[in-house]
Amino acid sequence: MLEALSYDFVQNALMAGLLVSIASGIIGSLIVVNRMVFLAGGIAHTAYGGIGVAVFFGLPMFLGASLFAVLSALIIASITLKERERMDTFIGLMWAVGMALGVVLIDLTPGYQADFMSYLFGSILAVSSSDLWFMGGLLVVILFIMTFWYRDILAVSYDSEYANLRGINVPFFYTLILVLSALTVVVAIKVVGLILVIALLTIPVYIAEKLSNTLYVMMILSGIFSSIFTLIGLWFSYEYEIASGASIILVSAVSLFLFLGVSKILERIR
Amino acid sequence: MCIIEIKNLSFSYQKQKVLENINLCVEEGDFLAIIGPNGGGKSTLLKLILGINPVKEGSIKIFGEKPHKNLQKIGYVPQNTNVNTDFPIKVLEVVLMGHIGTKRPLFGYAEEEKRCALGALAQVGMEKFANEKIGSLSGGQRQRVMIARALCAHPKVLILDEPTASIDVEGQKQIYELLKELNSYITIIVVSHDLSFIMQYASTVVHINKTLSFHGLTQESFAKNSINQCTNKFCEVNLFQNLKTTQGDSNA
Repeated sequence: MLEALSYDFVQNALMAGLLVSIASGIIGSLIVVNRMVFLAGGIAHTAYGGIGVAVFFGLPMFLGASLFAVLSALIIASITLKERERMDTFIGLMWAVGMALGVVLIDLTPGYQADFMSYLFGSILAVSSSDLWFMGGLLVVILFIMTFWYRDILAVSYDSEYANLRGINVPFFYTLILVLSALTVVVAIKVVGLILVIALLTIPVYIAEKLSNTLYVMMILSGIFSSIFTLIGLWFSYEYEIASGASIILVSAVSLFLFLGVSKILERIR
Repeated sequence: MCIIEIKNLSFSYQKQKVLENINLCVEEGDFLAIIGPNGGGKSTLLKLILGINPVKEGSIKIFGEKPHKNLQKIGYVPQNTNVNTDFPIKVLEVVLMGHIGTKRPLFGYAEEEKRCALGALAQVGMEKFANEKIGSLSGGQRQRVMIARALCAHPKVLILDEPTASIDVEGQKQIYELLKELNSYITIIVVSHDLSFIMQYASTVVHINKTLSFHGLTQESFAKNSINQCTNKFCEVNLFQNLKTTQGDSNA
């Protein structure tokens, strides 16, 4: 194991795992308390269209996926703010069209042989140093926003009607949460892949929610749990040569079941 | 002098008229109860006073100005205090929400804001629960926390939308006792379709069902007319019948 740490790609994988875990702990908490899990799923799958565009035009993957994800977040935000009842229909539509566009564009790309599965299930062992800069930059932005606008984001998430009455720009903060979710989803795709993004954004958060009585504690705990699950998952992946994304998610899921089991037993004893 | 003055106010959603020619003057120190059937326009009137819906016909003046200019003088306690109960938030943080929109530090909450929020919690008798999770409280306790949140901004008027919906009888009584106390220095407006308590506490009662009419019964006659007849139990049917008969003369 120790000699593995001397490889650049392993170091990059560990770095990426930690950066994305902390970001997804914070943003995952916001997604869960705002009941936006389905929205995040829609954004993740729409981002696949962006990956297709990036591959087809030879652009960096993060650029294409980010543009598409942010665009879909803005569309979803404007629909949710105006027509809440039809929201699920629109998200389902974007979800499918984004995927279809991605598949078609990758098919059309001449001579394209790269691993299509790597986007669906993650490719953390192929993280480059420019990817790390992108992830680090996003985390800095998230931490900055959370530090200075925590009280507004808390108010909008807990009681948006009241926040509006107190003069907070609710549509702005709602859109901001969605855009940050979109960008976090994009970096998380690199770590665990498109299919498993939702699990990374929700399993650690679910455990953290049970243990916290304030939002920021929930964010910190989610980040810690997420980091631990990612590191253990990576170790399994290295040791038994299995797909890293799936390994991380299975470690998270097993931890969740253990947590639920232990808390049930503790409840009985009391 | 009227602190809230409503003149010839009408409001429609699409083509359906919800409020018609409403005139109302709320004076300082009033304890006004707005009653009426569901769908009668009570909530719409509140939304107009709070500036959530724009006034198109007629006028509403709060301290002599348009509603959105004096919002910080109005404390609002919304109806649904039972939503989002598993949200990870402490009681104190909920109360601190009341400060938002006023001067604030670069990040977090100022010491002064915290002190003020704790003071508001003490006013409603909930200071012991400051660090509890909001979801662990009962409906009545949660309602008192929401009142503290509204008090946090030092309002001149407190508006409550159905404050006792889904709260047990003992809790309802405590809420009204609290409002009575607060009424010594704050004007109070309560919207409700639940009449059992409100009649004992309100100084003025108006009935809204598209149009507004004053309810002219005094407490004694209210008691005589609506409680006695129903074997000492409160009877809403009788009350509404009474309202119909008194509408004409009290309106004039």
